[in-house]
Amino acid sequence: MTAMTDVAFLLLTFFILTTQFKPDEPVMVDTPSSVSEEKLMESNMMQVLVDVKGRVFFNCDGPSYRKDLLEKLGQKYKINFSEDEKEMFSNLQTIGMPMTKLKEYLSWSNSERTEYDKNSPGIPIDSTNNQLADWIWFARLSNPEYQAVIKGDRETNYPVVKRVFDIFQEKKVNKFNFVTSLEKRPNV
Amino acid sequence: MAAELGGDGGGKHKGGKPKGKKQSTRIDFTPMVDLGFLLITFFMLTTTMSKPQTMEVNLPSKEKVKRDDQTKVAESSAITVILGEFGKVYYYVGNTPAVADSIKVSSFAASGGIRDVLLAKQAPWISKIKAAKAKLPNNPSAAQMEALRKEVSGIKGEKLATTMLIKATDNSKFKNLVDIVDELNICEIGKYAIVDLNDQEKAMLTAKNLK
Repeated sequence: MTAMTDVAFLLLTFFILTTQFKPDEPVMVDTPSSVSEEKLMESNMMQVLVDVKGRVFFNCDGPSYRKDLLEKLGQKYKINFSEDEKEMFSNLQTIGMPMTKLKEYLSWSNSERTEYDKNSPGIPIDSTNNQLADWIWFARLSNPEYQAVIKGDRETNYPVVKRVFDIFQEKKVNKFNFVTSLEKRPNV
Repeated sequence: MAAELGGDGGGKHKGGKPKGKKQSTRIDFTPMVDLGFLLITFFMLTTTMSKPQTMEVNLPSKEKVKRDDQTKVAESSAITVILGEFGKVYYYVGNTPAVADSIKVSSFAASGGIRDVLLAKQAPWISKIKAAKAKLPNNPSAAQMEALRKEVSGIKGEKLATTMLIKATDNSKFKNLVDIVDELNICEIGKYAIVDLNDQEKAMLTAKNLK
């Protein structure tokens, strides 16, 4: 009995220490499967998430880079973010809304944010109001090491994905990583 | 099997001092173990042991390249694959379709689809790559693996090896793009580019009523 208890608690400790909760994402995305066995990098990634309706969300890691990014975006869009708002932003993950909504979004509670995300229009990507380009540009200024990751849904229409490629390429990013789930490699 | 640290159960003892019942010092651990297992189950189920996979894709730079610097793709080694609606695939050999009828319709089916076409086209290089891999000893060192990787990418990059042009129509889905890049990996094709459809191809697709 004692031995079993010991083993059980050892396992428990192991799981507690190794577990990583699934990152918080405002929308469910069903990634396409591929035979690629390469793992997604652990850090230095900026991820653009495109959901099935074609809405675009943005995420990048590193709280200090995120603060820097918000500051730069604030300067460009003439929005003053307080220290608290920066702190809040640095702790969030994937977000997507027009710039005008960001300040209000940061003042909300978690449940209000979840509610907003359900019907969020995402980050504007049309050529007249290309805010995604600014997100990418300022993120790269904050941390030049960022690598572009695109997480798209299987059923996302190609033109939206193409638009995201184009925006990345405008900002001189030509190398992408697509997030995929593993599929067995066929024998050929 | 509750904890047995309590007193004597509150029995009445009229007169005289209470009978000194022998106290048990044993604590029952069963609930704790239960809780332990419950937590283990919880963590086992919520943990994401495997990180998501990734597929690396390079797009041709948009910056204008001087005409002379552009690498000309040999007509015979090129294959153009067009992604259509509902996972349909259209392809033709070369980088400009001569006539509308040279565009053939295919699919992502495991056999009889685009994979067979690509495998057939890339066959000589696939056998070269297989031969290179066969030379590797059972327990290869890191250096040997690196050498193999270099050799394989050298073979894939040979001048006459297949070059694939991927063109997606507006009716295709993200999944189709990932699938076709997957086929590249399966068929060991190293040279590819994701580009836009040109007007000639658009006209031919319309003429053939392909979307």
